Amino acid sequence: MTRRDGWCSERDASGRRRPPPRAGAGRLARPGGPAHDAAPVPASPTTSPRPHSGLWLAVALTAGVLAVAGAIAFSTALGPQPVSLRAALAGVDPDASIVLGLRLPRAIVAAMVGAALAAAGAALQALLRNPLAEPFVLGVSGGAALGGSTVLVVAAFAARLGAGSGWLLGAPPVALGAVAGAAASTFLVFGLGRVGGRLVPEAALLVGIVFNAFVAGVITLMKMLVPPEQASRLLYWLLGAVGYETLGTIAMGAVLMLLAVGTLVALSARLNVLTLADDEAASLGVDVPRSRALVFFAASAATGAAVALAGMVGFVGLIVPHLVRGVLGPDHRRLVPASALFGGAFLVLADALARLAFLPLGTEPPVGAVTAFLGGPFFLWLLRKQGRGDAR
Amino acid sequence: MDVEDASFSYGRTPALRGVSFRARPGEFVGLVGPNGAGKSTLVRLVAGLAAPSAGRVRLAGLDPRGAPRREMARVCALVPQEPRIAWPFTVREVVMMGRTARQGLLAVASRLDLGAVEGALAACELGALADRRLDALSGGERRRVFFARALAQEPRVLLLDEPTAFLDLAHQVAVMRMARVAAVGGLCVVAVLHDLNLAGAACDRLVVMDGGRVVAEGPPAEVLTAERVEAIWGVPVWRGENARSGAPVVLPSVTGPGGSPAGYSRK
Repeated sequence: MTRRDGWCSERDASGRRRPPPRAGAGRLARPGGPAHDAAPVPASPTTSPRPHSGLWLAVALTAGVLAVAGAIAFSTALGPQPVSLRAALAGVDPDASIVLGLRLPRAIVAAMVGAALAAAGAALQALLRNPLAEPFVLGVSGGAALGGSTVLVVAAFAARLGAGSGWLLGAPPVALGAVAGAAASTFLVFGLGRVGGRLVPEAALLVGIVFNAFVAGVITLMKMLVPPEQASRLLYWLLGAVGYETLGTIAMGAVLMLLAVGTLVALSARLNVLTLADDEAASLGVDVPRSRALVFFAASAATGAAVALAGMVGFVGLIVPHLVRGVLGPDHRRLVPASALFGGAFLVLADALARLAFLPLGTEPPVGAVTAFLGGPFFLWLLRKQGRGDAR
Repeated sequence: MDVEDASFSYGRTPALRGVSFRARPGEFVGLVGPNGAGKSTLVRLVAGLAAPSAGRVRLAGLDPRGAPRREMARVCALVPQEPRIAWPFTVREVVMMGRTARQGLLAVASRLDLGAVEGALAACELGALADRRLDALSGGERRRVFFARALAQEPRVLLLDEPTAFLDLAHQVAVMRMARVAAVGGLCVVAVLHDLNLAGAACDRLVVMDGGRVVAEGPPAEVLTAERVEAIWGVPVWRGENARSGAPVVLPSVTGPGGSPAGYSRK
């Protein structure tokens, strides 16, 4: 090994302040260094910073936006009734009411839900340091569904008692219930998923799956306690369906989702460091407990918003971040925004598939069924891949 | 750094008892001692990853436990023993993470950051590997990457927890040389070491710990005597001297007489 420059301190041996090394500067041999062999090390060949890192992000985001837009356009254009886009834009009924009143809002809701779930999935995978983590599998969606359903049931009871609390059936309290439920289940799963004080991803996943089963049971029970309209709504929540929501609901969901996903994007650089061991992250300057709590809460809020709008849609947070990571790499500054965008596109297409594939039969399965159909095998494949990786 | 009379226990097991320890910039201090002597615990206390149950720890005037982590990270860098890799980041990305404490929330790399990263990569001879993924590197190369990450923090204190563990001879020597260069460059370098010969050859000062206490301190040639090594590690050794550098050479006898055949006999 040849001698190396002791560049690392800000002051050199005589106490004078040394200027920080400039990118691209060659390494100068320092007099008085350890007197060993041969010539000084030539300047490192890759002295320019990786130029395409920012370019990657721009490309990924552009592709993502195009994907979402394309998916929404696709979903809006197709359906049981043929419509003409020109007529719809001109305001001619029934085209306008179908396209602008039904299909477009539904596609937008699907995009928002997909984006929220995918971003939350990417964040949870970083926190758990495990690619199998995602809101549905970890029981966060379950908790959100439970929270929202509870609000619905309480409202139904109150209405029956004549307490005139019809407002409780509206979107905001339900959404708040969902977010609260998501946060509570996050605490539960991450609290119970510890072995000897340390968070063990496998244990957390197990608790999550069991918790989901528990939630399914409770919601089924609740279904019997409420009037039929609410019952079918609860059922759709359990299965995960994107319905036709009012503009107010969509707006509220959008605000909540943007806040939550925005927080996750802002924290994405921190997420990179959080994938390291706690001690390492702390020694690099990250306040680990605080950052973790922030990410948990943002992921819970995103999941809560998604569930409030569409019920327990699963596996989006598993499939999309995994595929995006395969292309863009694990840097969360790219992964989180790209996952959000492609997650939105993914769910819009899944919803379109749900609507159209069963058209001949005249029914429409909930989109949660489609994602579970795709996601279940994907999860198993991922599990096997991991197992093979560990056995290496 | 300044450790005064610090004590620490894991649960009910005392790991450090009244340890006092000082290190100055420009020094390369080796912490040696048998397993369980409390060396890693001391390093954790200095890094602020644990709080002493008694006594005081000061690092560059800061209280490692009380000071905000960002401030600590600008002053003190820790190269852990077995860093975990969960995701396949590239070398450059990992080294850039060392700049976290000096960046804002979105971690946009400034010219200073890029320069520091390039400097760290060059100092650890990682130029050719800079864009390789971490899981495609050997253990020795990975260790250099984490060393570079610590250097990228531009700290004043560098803590190395068993930096030569699991490395082949060439990489062991490389790490020790990088640590020496860092010390010569003005950092205060403290390394937990198991190889007494490497420690003796590279360090300016050795601190010997046993059973949670500091039992000896000073230049390697003074500290590593045959009697002391036999007393603390319980292994009979032949002690000589490297004629050229004056560094002590300690060679244990594995097949010769003395010491219990099944293992070490420790006092």
